[in-house]
Amino acid sequence: MAASLALRSAVLSVALFAGFILVWHLATNTHQTVQAMDPEYAKLMGMTVTQGKSAMPGPLDVATKIWDHLKDPFYDRGSNDKGLGIQLAYSIARVMVGYLIAVAVAIPVGFLIGMSPLLSRALDPFIQILKPISPLAWMPLALYTIKDSSLSAIFVIFICSLWPTLINTAFGVASVRREWLNVARTLEVGVFRRAFTIILPAAAPTILTGMRISIGIAWLVIVAAEMLVGGTGIGYFVWNEWNNLSITNVIAAILVIGVVGMAFDQILARLTRLVTFPE
Amino acid sequence: MSADHFISIEGITKRFPASGGASTTIFEDLWLAMRRGEFTCLIGHSGCGKTTVLNILAGLDQPTSGAVIVDNHEIFGPSLDRAVIFQSHALLPWRSVLGNVAYAVASKWRSWSRPEIEAHARKFIDLVGLSGAERKRPAELSGGMKQRVGIARALAIEPKIMLMDEPFSALDALTRGTLQDEVRRICTSTGQTVFMITHDVDEAIYLADRIVLMTNGPEAVLAEIVENPLPKERARHDIHRHPFYYGVRNHIIDFLVSRSRNFRADGGAFDKRHVPIVRPGANDKIETAGAGGDRNCAPYAA
Repeated sequence: MAASLALRSAVLSVALFAGFILVWHLATNTHQTVQAMDPEYAKLMGMTVTQGKSAMPGPLDVATKIWDHLKDPFYDRGSNDKGLGIQLAYSIARVMVGYLIAVAVAIPVGFLIGMSPLLSRALDPFIQILKPISPLAWMPLALYTIKDSSLSAIFVIFICSLWPTLINTAFGVASVRREWLNVARTLEVGVFRRAFTIILPAAAPTILTGMRISIGIAWLVIVAAEMLVGGTGIGYFVWNEWNNLSITNVIAAILVIGVVGMAFDQILARLTRLVTFPE
Repeated sequence: MSADHFISIEGITKRFPASGGASTTIFEDLWLAMRRGEFTCLIGHSGCGKTTVLNILAGLDQPTSGAVIVDNHEIFGPSLDRAVIFQSHALLPWRSVLGNVAYAVASKWRSWSRPEIEAHARKFIDLVGLSGAERKRPAELSGGMKQRVGIARALAIEPKIMLMDEPFSALDALTRGTLQDEVRRICTSTGQTVFMITHDVDEAIYLADRIVLMTNGPEAVLAEIVENPLPKERARHDIHRHPFYYGVRNHIIDFLVSRSRNFRADGGAFDKRHVPIVRPGANDKIETAGAGGDRNCAPYAA
């Protein structure tokens, strides 16, 4: 029966999904007491637009909306009406730029910290204090100094994806097995060759795990950052659609955010598996 | 300098700081000379500091005082002249068998081209009987095969001396026997100088020309050098029939069971520079180093 585990889990997944959709459908399909409600009160509650239906869209509405977005993801009808694809592209671009800069900084610095107990101790208090700061707390400072909202968002992504990669790199480098380093020593391997042929491959799985945590956090933070800076991006889209009271669009965006986040995670998981060695 | 002092350990001491400002002496004032092409085994109980001696010879560890001379040069740090075979084989798991050996070869001959490096590496993989497994990763190999790769890696850099730290202790008895045969075959045919640490008496008798007995730590000393009375041409299957075999074996076991614990070097007669050399056999003839003139272990003695 072991072979059917995949099948059984798939069946269970589909059943759970179907059950959730059904409950959602039933919960939003009932003609509630909105008509009986004072129109003014309904307005305050954001229910006037629904003409008797719940303001919460059903699964069918959302599916239709997503289909619309998929059919035409890249339209551009002015600053407040861009296709979901364009908004996503803005967000992904910001995340990639901030993230790649962070990785380019974190890996070399992490190497230095991992290889030098002196630097490790000297930098530790700074890292310990800077790490727990919510990346969004940097936003006002970034806006004031950089004076560009889009660059500020990238800076926030940079600062939030820096720490996991930095800390994991330092940890991975510092915990390379002593015997491998001794092999390099007995073979009179120089510092750079040792860094690239022993330490890097030995620490690669840990470094990649740090990068995977970083991209996850970066994708979490970009939505919030774009809600603050506005203009473009999936976070701005969500906030804009909330202001439009288009819950359907908000739900569609939430789903898309989840799918993109999963894709990022899977790509990094693949890369991690590529550099992982069996012992 | 005579051929007797190809490798010369001269008065090395190792201390570690202990709590309360005191220090623990692992061993003090060790003297030992090894000849070129000689197979020396250091035998003693766990924790007596055998591995520290080997690490100092390898250059991976520094003595608190004293020096090690290899081929007329004092050693400072590790060198490609001294290959180490680690107990845990220490293969790089992300490299194949060929990659591991080639890494060592490329470290020694840095100007060689890739085909040259691989051809040289293959020669030594072949020597340890691993032809056909070149592309395998260490994780796909058995413990014995991993240690073969370790041996090939050490031999491939053609070192002046091979240092082996209990290389077979993690292997099962059958594999251990085969690997001992291989090591013996390779070392006798190439005239390789070997310093090996072990706590297996039979292994020492089978492989070594001279067996150095070390007492228990702390403050361990080299108590005796046992000249192996068995002929150079010996085979595992009939080694125990040799008339001297049980003489040597009993002598070493007696040492390990009781004398290693009770041995006191502070008796006036014991000279750490001239460790007594014994040749157990028919008549346990004991001679002291230096008596023959050519075994003087202290070339710089005042």
